[in-house]
Amino acid sequence: MDPQQLESIEVDLLLEAIYRRYGHDFRNYARASIERRVRQFHAQSGCATLSDMLPRLLHDEAFFADFVTRFSIPVTELFRDPQVYLALRNEVMPVLRTFPFLRIWHAGCASGEEVYSLAILLDEAGLLARSTLFATDFNDTALERARAGIYSAADMGEASRAYQRAGGARSLADYYHADAQHIVMKRRLRERVTFANHNLVTDGVFTEAHLVLCRNVLIYFNQALQDRVLGLFRDTLVRGGYLCLGTRENLRFSAVDSSFEVVDAACRLYKRLA
Amino acid sequence: MVGVSAGGMLALERLLACLPVGFASAVIIVQHLHPTEDGYLALHLDQHCALPVGVAEDKAPVCPATVTLAPAGYHLLVERCRTFALSIDARVCFARPAIDVLFESAARVWGARLWGVLLTGANHDGTRGLAEIRALGGRTIAQDPADAEHPLMPQTAIDAGVVQQVLTLDGIGALLAALPAAASAMEQERII
Ligand SMILES: C[S@@+](CC[C@H](N)C(=O)[O-])C[C@H]1O[C@@H](n2cnc3c(N)ncnc32)[C@H](O)[C@@H]1O
Repeated sequence: MDPQQLESIEVDLLLEAIYRRYGHDFRNYARASIERRVRQFHAQSGCATLSDMLPRLLHDEAFFADFVTRFSIPVTELFRDPQVYLALRNEVMPVLRTFPFLRIWHAGCASGEEVYSLAILLDEAGLLARSTLFATDFNDTALERARAGIYSAADMGEASRAYQRAGGARSLADYYHADAQHIVMKRRLRERVTFANHNLVTDGVFTEAHLVLCRNVLIYFNQALQDRVLGLFRDTLVRGGYLCLGTRENLRFSAVDSSFEVVDAACRLYKRLA
Repeated sequence: MVGVSAGGMLALERLLACLPVGFASAVIIVQHLHPTEDGYLALHLDQHCALPVGVAEDKAPVCPATVTLAPAGYHLLVERCRTFALSIDARVCFARPAIDVLFESAARVWGARLWGVLLTGANHDGTRGLAEIRALGGRTIAQDPADAEHPLMPQTAIDAGVVQQVLTLDGIGALLAALPAAASAMEQERII
């Protein structure tokens, strides 16, 4: 048997063991990235083969905790992809204004920067007071940071340029308090957001929503899992509600394609059909 | 499969201009870019190349006779079923996209049918990737450091002993241009 086939069996066994022992289901994550992470973890584990990690994963919870942090990469930024926020501002906010109240679900929010970026847009559109934002992730450490809303002051130069390119007319500094090293998002933004643990693989519909954002999470899932999660979003959205994906993700290869129309192709903005 | 960094724009322009109409392989490129420039780079290179040049989409199939660039800000990988996969995992050698990430995943998919080409650049990315391509039977080529705008990247790979052939950019272009045109399905799947 060639070594790659063998490696593939070992990875299957590891993922199956993790699922049955801890309930974390990575079996339908995109395979190339999963294997890369397993190999990386293995390289510094001191185990001879990939399958030598099996007993340790099953019996040593600390070993597993270390392993599982490799599978959640909470990398994010304020106003990442400014053109997307510009499109949300110009194309989506005017329609959201027609609803008496708004629910927004941010799935895979990581440490929360995107949620606060959106809260700023809602504020500038005069919609924040009637909005409830739900932000979920399956990584509790990232959620804790998101809830605190404390970020590095060193990133604010870049963030502020992104905010301006996203059509922001004020100063980003209006939205946070700063000291030399850190900034904290203002309370009136934080209090509109409910952060919660939700696993897109194993949990169901979370709420009814007018806008769902899930950016750069689907890239980690295989097609079958993407279809499940996109189905979840379809069932979450009210008719005419909006879905926003990452700028390299799309519905073209998925089973729910026909339930959505394209609003802005470059920004991956879709609208739920009636 | 081409990895390129500093000085890459001109190098890619020249290399892609060598690919003839009827070139049958898929060309996949990682260029370390600034996170806002990828649409522009693809459009620009498209004007210099007989094959269509585009930016990779998550889950899109790898197509023969096309050139695909890794999107800015994402690692590009290939799945065994020959579709593209993206990730925003940590940077590798300070880079995302990283050449090592693409090369290592592609080596597992195409094995001996893969060619890895490393061009000009000012960091160490690509050496591990080429090592993996070699280990799995593929062919490894680096631009002659004397011919490269920034010699460090190809030189690092050469010093590590993972490069089979050292050529000038024009030499690499001629080698690619001489690949037999679309014949068998086998040929079509060869990846540069
Ligand atoms: C790369 S981050 C994307 C953050 C942000 N949306 C952005 O685009 O900037 C991916 C996030 O997806 C989360 N994630 C991965 N698998 C998940 C799952 N099964 N359920 C919920 N969140 C998940 C990770 O914890 C991580 O925070």
